[in-house]
Amino acid sequence: MNMIQALNSALDVMMERDPDVLVFGEDVGYFGGVFRVTEGLQKKHGLTRCFDAPLTEGGIIGAAIGMGAYGLKPVPEIQFADYILPAYDQLVSEAARLRYRSNGEFCAPVTVRTPYGGGIFGGQTHSQSPEAIFAHVTGLKTVIPSNPYDAKGLLIASIECDDPVIFLEPKRLYNGPFYGRPDEELKTWDKSGLASADVPTGHYEVPLGRASIVREGSEVTVLAYGTMVHVAEAGIRDSGVDAELIDLRSIVPLDIDAITASVRKTGRCVILHEASRFGGFGGELSALVQERCFDHLRSPIQRIAGYDMPYPHAFEWDYFPGPIRLAEALQSAVEYR
Amino acid sequence: MPNPDPTKSNLPRLELHIPEPPSRPGEEVTFAHVNRGEAGAVRRPDIAVHESEVRDLPYELIRVLDDDDKAVGPWDPKLAPETLIKGLRAMMLTRAFDDRLFRAHRQGKTSFYMKSTGEEAIAAAQSMALDKGDMFFPTYRASAWLHARNYPLTTMCNQIFSNAEDPLAGKQLPILFSARDYDFYSISGNLGVRFVHAVGWAMASAYKNDTKISLAYVGDGTTAEGDFHEAMTFAAAYRAPTILCVTNNQYAISSFAGFAAPERLPFAAKALAYGFPGIKVDGNDFLAVWGATQWAAERARTNNGPTLIEFYTYRAEGHSTSDDPSAYRPKDEAAHWPLGDPVDRLKKHLIVLGAWDEDKHTALEAELKEQVKVAVKEAEAVGTLGQSKPPIEEMFEDVFAEKDWRLKEQERDLKARRAAREGGAA
Repeated sequence: MNMIQALNSALDVMMERDPDVLVFGEDVGYFGGVFRVTEGLQKKHGLTRCFDAPLTEGGIIGAAIGMGAYGLKPVPEIQFADYILPAYDQLVSEAARLRYRSNGEFCAPVTVRTPYGGGIFGGQTHSQSPEAIFAHVTGLKTVIPSNPYDAKGLLIASIECDDPVIFLEPKRLYNGPFYGRPDEELKTWDKSGLASADVPTGHYEVPLGRASIVREGSEVTVLAYGTMVHVAEAGIRDSGVDAELIDLRSIVPLDIDAITASVRKTGRCVILHEASRFGGFGGELSALVQERCFDHLRSPIQRIAGYDMPYPHAFEWDYFPGPIRLAEALQSAVEYR
Repeated sequence: MPNPDPTKSNLPRLELHIPEPPSRPGEEVTFAHVNRGEAGAVRRPDIAVHESEVRDLPYELIRVLDDDDKAVGPWDPKLAPETLIKGLRAMMLTRAFDDRLFRAHRQGKTSFYMKSTGEEAIAAAQSMALDKGDMFFPTYRASAWLHARNYPLTTMCNQIFSNAEDPLAGKQLPILFSARDYDFYSISGNLGVRFVHAVGWAMASAYKNDTKISLAYVGDGTTAEGDFHEAMTFAAAYRAPTILCVTNNQYAISSFAGFAAPERLPFAAKALAYGFPGIKVDGNDFLAVWGATQWAAERARTNNGPTLIEFYTYRAEGHSTSDDPSAYRPKDEAAHWPLGDPVDRLKKHLIVLGAWDEDKHTALEAELKEQVKVAVKEAEAVGTLGQSKPPIEEMFEDVFAEKDWRLKEQERDLKARRAAREGGAA
């Protein structure tokens, strides 16, 4: 299965298990979504289980919150994460706080699926990585898979969880892994040979808040998520440094124990994310590592990230933090004195 | 103003229109624009009526109580006098409660308060007209819903005082209640947001083949928010079993209703663009509110879809304890509202029916005042704002279903500091 099929399978499994799970959003019903993630769900589960929505992100999320308050488990889709801002008020002021402000009387168990990130020449409106603006809002969970196996297991865990979840799908990884080199042929998950591409057809969960160690190493810890996990693999290979690579899988909840254990072991930390650097989630990671691992650090924490500008269409590969920038950071980290 | 472009001197100069209310402080009050119509004159269509046949309705005002305090016309719900007395009691209780708690704010016992004065009939009648299990998505001028259902007054005061027995554990601003057992959804200070939730909730009820419907309010000002239009779009598309209401009390804080809609357009007419019925109802007429709600509820319950109701009313007091309405409207404007006072009108109707008299009314007023007094005293004994607080652990609860390490660490840290302080270490 590729990631699209894995996500489709997660929705299918959950719709089969729980009649309270329903899927809706722009183009998700009859057509099956512009990325085909919801393909066949309407045909199989019926018109009221998977249906199209008006073009109003605020309406989609607002209605989902009401459904959640009733007791359903809605899984709305926002077609691109770039379009989530009209729904930002509903997510921040409502979904994230409903449980708190009602002292537990109501909650919004909504899982918002949305493709995000660059690497597809989508320009400003089809490429952004907005995870930091959600991570800052307490009450929301933010989940970002990097491979089909995790995508399915994390989506199931998100739907089963009683909190509102922003589920960011790295669209560059929908069809296969991506190592950050635009001249490389597009790989498919099926041909990749990665164990993570083997996705069981039935129900399983990848728990939220549990990072995975993609590669063990001794010299430096690399923290990444989403597409950047694969870019990191390439950068580490290029650098020749024995780096430990941690895929965070969710940034809220964050697996702080996995991060601190690794940095205490390696003594160095490089953070890699696709979103703009200033105010990005890398800043939070950096602060946490500094607070908890200061005595173990042998070089300054480094952040490799997108530049601080709207996603520039023609300069995608210059903007996109690629393996070369990471390799340089890794080398400078181990050479630091 | 000099002409900014002399080369276009033959073109008409444009002028920006800024809406202005009919009267300002110091000016004579005028409500000449209010079309009262006639009580009993508006037809009551079949609940399955097609929207195209009722496009004139938003421009009429549905009234039941006439100027002789009699109930007339097809929208009269023909309620038993006992029911009317219950409604009157709920409205009078709301008013007594508002008066007392408003004073409590002035005495520094709470941080904030908002009165429903003049609008009590709306939430009181709807609370009674709808069934247990239907969900109400309220605004902050709808406490009559809770009073009509005998929500404990002391608990209400505890919420307002944010004291140790606040049912919302000190997490919410005063009067932004949440009362699930009373079918009362958590109030958000962000206006309009819950209008969409109500539609989603109704869609969920329909999805589950349930029998429950939802009811939601926005004020006239909030119809300008995107949420209003999102909710209307969703309600129309999915024919959600919901009653969407605009409580047009003429003011959004100080901005008069003309800023949210062209001065002569009823808010009810906004439904026309969405393809479901909109009706305009005298919000100060308990019977008209009930009759209209019943019609809309029947439509919702029989899969005929949503209804938009504009409740035409008047906010007799300030927006909140932080507002001074005399700064933007004539001081005596409220007294001139052409559709009267809802409590007064229902009282007079009951007297006409022979089911009520001035003595009973005075006695009930005194009884309710005393009930509120007792409740406030009970809550004060627990503590007013700052005097007592819910347990500090509560602060960390309900951010998520389960606390993550951040909340656990922060709670541990806060407790350690408090323990140190109490032990004299800090």
